[in-house]
Amino acid sequence: MQEFIEFTLGGLSDGMIYAAVGLSLVLIWRGTRVVNYAQGGMAMFTSYIALIVINAGASYWLAFAVALVSGLVLGAVLERVVVRPTAGKPPLNAVIVTIGLLILIEGVAGIIYGSKNRSFPAAYSIVGAKVGNFALGAGSSPSAIFTAASVLGAAVLLAVLFRFTPIGLRMRASAFSATVAQLMGVRVGRMTTLGWALAGLIGALAGMLVTPQTFLYPNSMDSIFVLGFTAAVIGGLDSPVGAIVGGLILGVLLNYVTGYVGSNLPELAGLAVLVLVLMFRPSGLFASTATRQV
Amino acid sequence: MNRSHRLGLAPMAALAATSMLLAACGGTSSSNGALQASAPGVTAKTITIGSTQPLTGIAAPGYDEIAPASNAYFQYVNAHGGVYGRKITYKYLNDQYNSSITTTDVRQLILQDHVFAIFNGLGTPTHLAVAPFINAEKVPDLFVASGCACWNATSSWPQTFGWQINYIREGKILGKYIATHFQDKKIAYFYQDDEFGLDGVKGLDYEIPAAQVVAKEPYNVAAANPAAEVGTLAAALKASGAQVVVTFAVPAFMALLRLSELGLSYNPTIVSSSVGSDPQTLAGLLNSFAKQSGSFGTTLIQGIVTDSYLPSLGSNDSWIQLFTKIHNQYIPSLPLDGNVLYGMAVGYTFVQALFKAGRNPTRQDLVGAVNAGLPQGVSVAPYAYSSGDHDGITGAFMAEVENGVITALGPVQVTDSSAGGAVNTDSTAQPPAPTNGIP
Amino acid sequence: MTLARHAGIAIVAGVVLLALSSKLDSFRQYQLAQVAATVIAVAGLTVLIGISGQLSVGHGAFMFIGGYATALIVMHLKWPLVAAIVASAFVAGVAGAIMGVAAARLRGPYLAGATLMLAVALPAVAFQWQTAFGGDQGLDFTVTTPGFLGASFQLTEWDAWVCCVCALIVLVMLANLLRSRVGRNWRALRDNDTAAALAGLNVGQLRVRAFIVSAACAGVSGSLLAVTMLNVTPGAFTLALSIQLLTAVVLGGLGSLAGAIWGGIILVLVPPFLTNTAASHGFSAGSASVPIVGYGLVLIVVMLVFPAGIQGGIRRLFGLAGPTAAGHVSAIGRRWQFAWKPAGGRSAAGNPAGYGTAGDQIAAREAAGKNGVTEEGTP
Repeated sequence: MQEFIEFTLGGLSDGMIYAAVGLSLVLIWRGTRVVNYAQGGMAMFTSYIALIVINAGASYWLAFAVALVSGLVLGAVLERVVVRPTAGKPPLNAVIVTIGLLILIEGVAGIIYGSKNRSFPAAYSIVGAKVGNFALGAGSSPSAIFTAASVLGAAVLLAVLFRFTPIGLRMRASAFSATVAQLMGVRVGRMTTLGWALAGLIGALAGMLVTPQTFLYPNSMDSIFVLGFTAAVIGGLDSPVGAIVGGLILGVLLNYVTGYVGSNLPELAGLAVLVLVLMFRPSGLFASTATRQV
Repeated sequence: MNRSHRLGLAPMAALAATSMLLAACGGTSSSNGALQASAPGVTAKTITIGSTQPLTGIAAPGYDEIAPASNAYFQYVNAHGGVYGRKITYKYLNDQYNSSITTTDVRQLILQDHVFAIFNGLGTPTHLAVAPFINAEKVPDLFVASGCACWNATSSWPQTFGWQINYIREGKILGKYIATHFQDKKIAYFYQDDEFGLDGVKGLDYEIPAAQVVAKEPYNVAAANPAAEVGTLAAALKASGAQVVVTFAVPAFMALLRLSELGLSYNPTIVSSSVGSDPQTLAGLLNSFAKQSGSFGTTLIQGIVTDSYLPSLGSNDSWIQLFTKIHNQYIPSLPLDGNVLYGMAVGYTFVQALFKAGRNPTRQDLVGAVNAGLPQGVSVAPYAYSSGDHDGITGAFMAEVENGVITALGPVQVTDSSAGGAVNTDSTAQPPAPTNGIP
Repeated sequence: MTLARHAGIAIVAGVVLLALSSKLDSFRQYQLAQVAATVIAVAGLTVLIGISGQLSVGHGAFMFIGGYATALIVMHLKWPLVAAIVASAFVAGVAGAIMGVAAARLRGPYLAGATLMLAVALPAVAFQWQTAFGGDQGLDFTVTTPGFLGASFQLTEWDAWVCCVCALIVLVMLANLLRSRVGRNWRALRDNDTAAALAGLNVGQLRVRAFIVSAACAGVSGSLLAVTMLNVTPGAFTLALSIQLLTAVVLGGLGSLAGAIWGGIILVLVPPFLTNTAASHGFSAGSASVPIVGYGLVLIVVMLVFPAGIQGGIRRLFGLAGPTAAGHVSAIGRRWQFAWKPAGGRSAAGNPAGYGTAGDQIAAREAAGKNGVTEEGTP
């Protein structure tokens, strides 16, 4: 029973990370119909920047803020410089460009920082809570609670932004129909850049939350990106709620399979769930059925 | 006239005979002749050797220091007269721990670059992919950087030699220590699900009574989320009630294990293979959690029991002094840790073999030199090398990590790789380092 | 006609390659074999992505299947090499059918996500059933040159022959396929699958067929690579391999078989060249990442400036207007587009069907004021 609780809480905590990555992918997809394969790489890079700040003696929270701001800036710059020229071209172009970006960012990180695994601090203690003598596992630690709170908080803030603010309305309009939005006076290009900037911020958040347990090295976010992408696909690339639900499902499922079946099988289980969901809901669990114009 | 003819002929005949004799001697390896290009990769001035190493990629951290460290030792030797006057050129290629790249790299080294020998190829699966080819080409394959017992295959792979203590031996030495010192405790295994972990477990099982082992948790090194994987395995270890956890894990997974145990408030005694216990590497991975570790010790690694087959970096014996000097001169930007020590130690052993192979070595000379046995040098226990045994170091001493340094707990133990072979205290003492640092 | 022409080109190429291979040294023969094997996988993938419009980011998984199938067949069943290769193609094709059926309704990034996870998850099979698949260290096997060539015939030359012949056969088959009704149907499917369905095409079946063909190609490629290396390990079939295949397809020229040849050459010959250049300039281990930076930059620049890849660049350079596997049929494809052109003004962002139909592309180009070349590199 104790093991079950430990697996579940741990899985929920891991799932929050996948949800965060998935959320940033959903943000970009909704705005620009591009999957940003470099999302993990960007998060890794902002974590390196945070580590430099920490090693220079500053407090963790300053480094946290610096990482988030760097994510904002990095997302905006990359969209404007590299991804904007692929708008209107076949979607495969954007795929290859973002893959190229990923390779480039990892290579640059390797040159600047070397390939050594580095230790990365967590915001709070990773020691799990105890109810009497009953340990609940790392998923109940202050660090895990902070992870859940910050990811959910970011999701809520995004929802508020989109639903209740003028700029959110403009972003939604640009995503829905760029031409019409332009005709209404919306600066579509700026909205796209803003979308990427926000996605970069959430990605940086995910990086800060997960890097303590992956250690920091140029490829550290590769697998997390794959799992986050899978979470977003399971939930539906158009749905932020879907990304969160998908992430939680994936996190808990992988833990159960590792714990109860075997450590070689979690990825196969993830594949099975993904294929099963997509067979019945080809656009993910929370996809709205869209009419297809002919 | 007649006399002068006869006089003229005799010296010439003697000269001819002598020069023929000298020429015949020049072909053997023990002559005093001039340096020649006696084999591929050997010229009058240089010896070129090749290797495949993971310089980038997931396996790179730590292991990417080994080849530069070996190279530093070779440069030291080159600066002090070389091997019979020849300088060693060490060409190591990045295979990113991907066996298809290793295959291409080794073919390039042998077929294009014509290296004299392959030295210290790193990685069990990567080197297994190329060992048949290297042996088919009859190129010496010395001191593979892996503790797999599979390098000792004298009939199928006569060119291939191991060097570091193999994992079965290590398991037996660790197992004997556990069986002696933790007699009533519950033991659990945490090991990598490949040859490294499986061989280690084999050795452990030869020494630890089966009734004591309450859990065996293998981990997949290629897992998508290693932290999640180790977290669940650690929970399983805790649920088994194990008081001692024996690990055959690489440093990253050792660190994850300690972090997961911290999260679970579970603090068993850890007994670790030398592969995962380098204090500097572990501390480097865990230093961000030092403040949180509380009762686990200041660095989460205090008190880890391990074994070591090379002198401890904290011991300041003659070998460490030599290597520290070379490190400071040639590779000061790298940390002086277990990986650098490994690289220099295996480099030293290779130079031992080169000297033994003679002034104008052929590839068979080099292999023959190791087959004839190498004297103990930088390792704490003797080598097993003979024409029937291509295993390297035969023993290690038990130690624990104390204040970030490996501190000996007992004498050197030697053993073999079989189920019944005893684990005995080594009766030979390790020789000190040569004063000039050259074997 | 078509078959005769393709076969003729292939035979001439084959004779040239065979003559060339006997002049090369052993290492270059090995590289020639690797290039030929890689070209097969890239060709299959370019057909899948460029002609049938399905994005797979996980084709390394089918190479994995092909490689392991060959290893197991040679080790346990002891079949001759040709039989092993064909059987591996069949096994990989079956896997492609399964994946194709599961993914038949998926579009764009959803298909990409599914294939990505496939590439990540499948190598775990080697670890889970270690006795059969050898776990981390994989499987070793031996291949010998056939007796009729003589005892001293180099194995590397035999490998080069086998790989080149297989590559030529596969390329001829693909070229014929692309010119046939199936190829035209694939293009229709790619350009507007709703229109294709309304025109009576069995969209699902076509998509699965494309998957089968491309998976079988990847299977043959994996099989041949295993033969040249004489071993298979899970570490040789990482996600990075799938990504590299994708980039090779695009760099060579999407949808073009000649582009596949370029892609194969780039994938095999460029990375060692870059690594060696970096090493010979004395870059330390930290700077072993420089070739990686170079590769990323090349990808970005090529996609932004030369999206039609190398083959597209060559066609533009020589002003080639002759029909090719891609060019000839795209005229028909364009007829589909004009017949079913949607109400104009729809931005590329507004199509939830995913990959982006040609109608979107035309509309988007009009909106952006450009009228450029499609991604097939039509002249």
